[in-house]
Amino acid sequence: MTRIKTALKMLKSRTPRSLMIYYGIFITWLFTTAMHIPDGYLSPATSVIMFIIVLPFWGLGVRKLRQKMSSKNVPLVALFAAFSFVIMMFNVPLPGGTTAHAVGGALAAIVLGPEIATMAITIALVIQAFFFGDGGILAIGANCFNMAVVLPYVSYAIYQAITKNQATSSKRRIIGAGIGGWTGLTVAAFFAAVEFGIQPMLFHTADGTPLYAPYPLSVSIPAMVIPHALIASVVEGVVTALVVAYLLRTNQSALEFVKKTEIPVELSGFAKWRALWIGLVVMIVIVPIGLLAPGTAWGEWGTEQFSSLGLAFIPQGMAKLSGLWSAPLPDYNFPALKNANLAYILSGIVGTIVIGIVAWLFTMLVTLRKTEAR
Amino acid sequence: MDIDHTLEQSLFAEKTARQPGLLQELDPRLKILSALLVLLAVGLSRNLTVIIVLYFLMLALALFSKIPLAFFIKRVWLFITFFTGVIALPALFITPGTVLVYLPLGLVITKTGLATAMFFLLRVGTSVSVAVLLVLTTPWNSVLKSLGVLRIPPVIILILGMTYRYIHLLLHLTNDMFLSRKSRLLRRMKGPEERRLIAATTGTLMNKSLQVSSEVYLAMQSRGFRNYPRTMDTFKMRRIDWLSGVLVVMMVAAAIWLGK
Repeated sequence: MTRIKTALKMLKSRTPRSLMIYYGIFITWLFTTAMHIPDGYLSPATSVIMFIIVLPFWGLGVRKLRQKMSSKNVPLVALFAAFSFVIMMFNVPLPGGTTAHAVGGALAAIVLGPEIATMAITIALVIQAFFFGDGGILAIGANCFNMAVVLPYVSYAIYQAITKNQATSSKRRIIGAGIGGWTGLTVAAFFAAVEFGIQPMLFHTADGTPLYAPYPLSVSIPAMVIPHALIASVVEGVVTALVVAYLLRTNQSALEFVKKTEIPVELSGFAKWRALWIGLVVMIVIVPIGLLAPGTAWGEWGTEQFSSLGLAFIPQGMAKLSGLWSAPLPDYNFPALKNANLAYILSGIVGTIVIGIVAWLFTMLVTLRKTEAR
Repeated sequence: MDIDHTLEQSLFAEKTARQPGLLQELDPRLKILSALLVLLAVGLSRNLTVIIVLYFLMLALALFSKIPLAFFIKRVWLFITFFTGVIALPALFITPGTVLVYLPLGLVITKTGLATAMFFLLRVGTSVSVAVLLVLTTPWNSVLKSLGVLRIPPVIILILGMTYRYIHLLLHLTNDMFLSRKSRLLRRMKGPEERRLIAATTGTLMNKSLQVSSEVYLAMQSRGFRNYPRTMDTFKMRRIDWLSGVLVVMMVAAAIWLGK
C-alpha cells in the first residue's frame, strides 16, 4: 500500500497537472460504465462465491413468481426484463454535455417489488452477457449481485421508508424514488468496488503481480463510488423520480401493482426468518474461503504474529495477558480432527449454535421477565 | 444511435450463426459447456503464454467457422482497449518492481507493472472472444434451448426467450417514439426538456410493456399454456460432437495444468 502511495506521489510530482486532470476526468467517466463487470476482472473463485451468494435471492424470486399470479408472471417478467434492457440504452443528457444511462433497477423494484425485480434484471443481464458481450459470463453472479440484488433491494427499502402510509397520489413517492435510485446504485457501485478491490490482495503470483483487477480497495472504492455518486447514480435517481412523476400523472395503478398482488402469508417461527437462516448457512459454508487468504484477519494477530509483522517487541501487557485465556477451541481447531478446513467449518457451526443458544436463552429471560411484570 | 446498432448487431449474429462453418456444425449444448470450460481455463491461468495460446485458438476457430477475422478482432478489441485498456494503463506505471523502460517525464514501466497490465488485458480480451464466438456461431434460440443442460429451470428459459423477442419489439417501439417526436421538432431541445421527454418515453414504454404482457398472457392462455413450457428437443449428439467434446476437455485440462 505505501509503495503504491509513494509511486503515485512520484508520478504526481513529475507529470503536468493538466494532463493528470484530463486523465482523471476520463477515467472517472469510464468507471461509471464499469458496473457491468467483464470476465477477467474477477478470479473464478470470487465469481463462484458471488453465484452462491445470489442463489437464495433467485430462489426467493422464483418462489414469489409462483406464489403471486402463477403463469401470468411469465410474460410480465419477460416484458419488464426487455424494458430494463431497452432503457439501459437511453442516453440521458447531463448538464455539461455528457450523457449517461440508467439501469432501471430502482424503477423495477418500485413497480414489481424487489424479489421479482431481481428476476427481471437478472434476465436482462444474462442476455447482455451472452448476446452483447456486456458483462462477463462467469461474472454473471457478481453482476447480478450488484445490479439485480443490491440495487433493487436498497432502493426499495428507502422508497418504502419514505412513502410508508402515504396515499398512492402522494408527491413523496417522487422524492422516495429519486433518493432510492441514487442510494441503490451508489451502494451497488460500492459492492462492485469491493469485488474488484479484494482481487490483488487474494490473487497474485509469487512476485506480487496481481492476476486480475490490479487496484487495491484504497483505489477501487473511491474510483467506483465517487463517479457513480456524482454521475451514474444521479441519472438513476433522476430518471426513476421523473418516471414515477409521469406514472403519478398518467397511470397510478402501476404504482399500486406491488400492493395489489401481495398475498399476505402468515409467517411465524422458522418461516419468518427463513431468509436469515439461509443467509447464515451460506455464510458458514463460504467462510472457509477466507482460508484461501494468506495470514490472519486484520487486527486478530496472535502475539507471535506481531513479531513477524515487524514489531520489534510485544507490548508487555499483551505478553502477560495472552497466557491468561485459553479458548476451548484454540484457533478454531478441533484437536481430534486432522482436516483443518473441516475443523474450521465445524467450529463455525458450533460457534453459531452456541451463539444461537445464548441469544435464545437471553430472549427467553427477557420475555419471562416481561410476563412476570404483567 | 445505440438502438439501431443493437438491432444490427443481433441481425448480423443470426446471419453468421446460420452459415456453414466448423463451430456452426456442432451441438449447441456442447458449445455452451465448452465455452464455460474455456472461460474457466482462461480465468484460472497464472501463465500468460497459456492465455495467449487460448486466444489464438479462438482466432483459429473463428477462421474455420467463416467469421470475418477483421470483424471478430475489431469487435473484441475496440471495446476492450477503450475500456479495460484505459483502466489498466496506470497499473503499468505504479506497480512497484524492477524497472523495464524509462520514459520521459520520469515515468517508468516496471516488469511487474507490464505483467499486471498484460494479464488483465489478455484475460479480458480472450474471455470476451469466447463469448462473442459462441454467439456468432449459434442461433439465439439454440443457445436458449441448450441452457437446459446447465440445470436452468425451463420457466426461466422460456422467459429468456420471450425477453429476447420483446427486446426487439420494444426497441422498434422506442425508435418510433423518438422518431415521431423528432419529426415534430422545429429546434434543438434544451437539456431539461430532453430529460422530461426521456422520462415520458420511459414511462410510456413501461405502460406499454405492462399492457403487452397481459395481452401476451391472454394469447398464451388461448393457445393452451398450462403453466409449464414444452419444447421440442431436437438436439442429438453425433460422433463428431462427442469427439470434439473429448478434445475440448483434454485441451482445457492441459491449459489448467500448464497455467497453474
